[in-house]
Amino acid sequence: MKKLTFKGGTHPPHSKKATEKLALEKANAPKVVVIPMQQHIGAPCDPIVAVGDEVKVGQKIGEAKGFVSVPVHSSVSGKVTAIEPRMYSGGTKVTCVVIESDMQDTIHESVKTKGSLEALSSDDIKNIIKEAGIVGMGGATFPTHVKLAPPPEKNVDTVILNGAECEPYLTADHRLMLENPEDVVYGLQAFMKALNVSKGYIGIEDNKLDAIEIMQKAAEGKAGIEVVALHAKYPQGAEKQLIYACTNREVPSGGLPADARVVVNNVGTAAAVAKAIKTGMPLVERIVTITGQGIKNPKNLLVKIGTNFREVIEQCGGFNGNPQKIIAGGPMMGIAQFHMDIPVIKGTSGILVLSEQEARLPESSSCIRCGKCVEVCPINLMPASLSAHAMLDNFDQAESLHAMDCIECGSCSFVCPAKRPLVESIRLAKREIVAKRKKAQAKQ
Amino acid sequence: MENSRFLVSSSPHIRSGESTRRIMMDVAIALLPALFSGIWFFGLRALWLTIVAVGFAVVSEIAMQKIMKRPVTVKDFSAVVTGMLIAFNVPATLPLWMVAIGAIFAIVIVKQCFGGVGHNFVNPALAARAMLLASWPVDMTSWVTPGADAVSTATPLGLIKGAEAANQVLPGVWDLFVGNIGGCIGETSALALLIGGLYLIYRKVISYRIPVVYIATVGILALVFSGFNFAYVPYHIFAGGLLLGAIFMATDYSSSPMTAKGQIIFAIGCGFLTSVIRFFGGYPEGVSYSILLMNIATPLIDRFTLPRKFGEVKKSA
Repeated sequence: MKKLTFKGGTHPPHSKKATEKLALEKANAPKVVVIPMQQHIGAPCDPIVAVGDEVKVGQKIGEAKGFVSVPVHSSVSGKVTAIEPRMYSGGTKVTCVVIESDMQDTIHESVKTKGSLEALSSDDIKNIIKEAGIVGMGGATFPTHVKLAPPPEKNVDTVILNGAECEPYLTADHRLMLENPEDVVYGLQAFMKALNVSKGYIGIEDNKLDAIEIMQKAAEGKAGIEVVALHAKYPQGAEKQLIYACTNREVPSGGLPADARVVVNNVGTAAAVAKAIKTGMPLVERIVTITGQGIKNPKNLLVKIGTNFREVIEQCGGFNGNPQKIIAGGPMMGIAQFHMDIPVIKGTSGILVLSEQEARLPESSSCIRCGKCVEVCPINLMPASLSAHAMLDNFDQAESLHAMDCIECGSCSFVCPAKRPLVESIRLAKREIVAKRKKAQAKQ
Repeated sequence: MENSRFLVSSSPHIRSGESTRRIMMDVAIALLPALFSGIWFFGLRALWLTIVAVGFAVVSEIAMQKIMKRPVTVKDFSAVVTGMLIAFNVPATLPLWMVAIGAIFAIVIVKQCFGGVGHNFVNPALAARAMLLASWPVDMTSWVTPGADAVSTATPLGLIKGAEAANQVLPGVWDLFVGNIGGCIGETSALALLIGGLYLIYRKVISYRIPVVYIATVGILALVFSGFNFAYVPYHIFAGGLLLGAIFMATDYSSSPMTAKGQIIFAIGCGFLTSVIRFFGGYPEGVSYSILLMNIATPLIDRFTLPRKFGEVKKSA
């Protein structure tokens, strides 16, 4: 079996031991769920329920506005008690529908099987995926049906499922592949049918040999599907790096995967699609890895969307010591949270709680020009130079050094011996460049 | 669960265990074999010179940072490395006060005046060597034979060039390799320097690119410029400051390019200039000046060797 990879990258400690062997558990049913109307990239939803309404599991409560948007569904049955702006893991307030559960989990009438995959047309599949509110579950939360509708001139010929899970600590995708490989393969078949392509890859890092084996078995005899072992190296699961590893194609600068004739989806997304087709249940729960030194009993939990972080953490035995940092997602690209009173959403792949020691921010010193950031950058940028320009507000210079190509994987900051805020400052430069471009557009 | 406010920062939330201090300590460790061989061949004087150079480098860094009201960063070990390299670049007979002046010059003028670690545009130790050579040319080129009964001698490169007294015989290649020859403290033993170099590559402090390409360029040009006389090659590689320069000086982070392509261009340039100076210039040795010249070219090299970014391909790839 050949092992595929990309150029650059780094090797943060995997830190997956705490949860990789732990079977999925169903989280306790929450008494109250807070469901944000925006859990995806794109236009937020309009709530279509009112305070006092009774809702059921799988019932649509937020209607998508526009093409790049997906509806939102209730994850419990019960009564809507509030519709108001609340904090969510994106770091801002969004309109949320608060539902008090009746603990009955009564399923809504609309939830019923969509029949067999063979009987469904490409458009049927895309429509089911959209109506089920499915988004990229690796954390990016881009609406999946949009990815499945590339312009025909792109000639997409390949679907890749991302099972790399290159973020340290996280084991949600790993457990999913071990425990439900059939749904992952089924989802991939649905993607291939929706896109009318015959080639599908499932890319998995070779620190998950058991998952590779099980997925290979599940994919046996399925036409066009190949499970590939990827060298365990961060950021192997980054879209462009994954595409390069599997197909040897480079996504052109500023382009989308479709420009390399590929569509990439997370394995979790594929499983959600399988569920939506087989049972009709929209995306109302997801696997979350709750881990880190600051957690007493790390776990992989199946959590209903809208469940409070605090409740989930309590089910894992609560805090270990006096943790200082809570991250939605993994340690390389996850978002640090002010407090615990935020809901699990479609993109919450992990809740990482870091101890005081792990959370301590190292003091940065002068760049010594060692070039390690240049070596690890998977896009071949010069992070040290980019960052130097960004920190002096020379955003035009940063732009000419291709700041906009940065995928913000954080490898540069991770390796920097001087602990400089490299990706952090490049991120800032990108915002400024985007703002400037918008301004220039507005003037025209 | 009493804690209700948490630390928020931009990702990534974990950092590698690498640090500037660790890197500089590795360089200091890698220099130890060369220090031991220097003491072995030139006696305790080599150690005294090293201690004085390191001491003055460290003290002048502290003093200068205090004067400039900047944070004192002497704990990062970079001044120690500079001090060691200065001592390694002088003959064992040099008066102690001269090496002290070299250390002060390197730290105060070349390093701190230009912004401290990472901002020196040339290698501080080499700049100090050039300054000492220009100021006290006789003391800086008074070579002695290794051993207790040290008598004055010429360096092998001096001999091969015929610039100095020709009544001495060239040392054999084995003496050349282990360091039983006249020269600066740190440059005499090729073996010790290679051990240090391998350690640095193993620890991923430096890449093999600059040393290997630099040494190979000098080896090839020695062959070409000598009219394909193979006897020249070992002398040009193992004698003189080439190994010390290629492994420890040309790889100085701040004054060498950051890109792989840039490092190769830089190393070829160093090798070319070294050979030209050795064969056609007035000096028997050219490592310091060639590295200093290439140091100055580094910003230009970096600018013109921007790596091809991922995705810079034709749409139909």
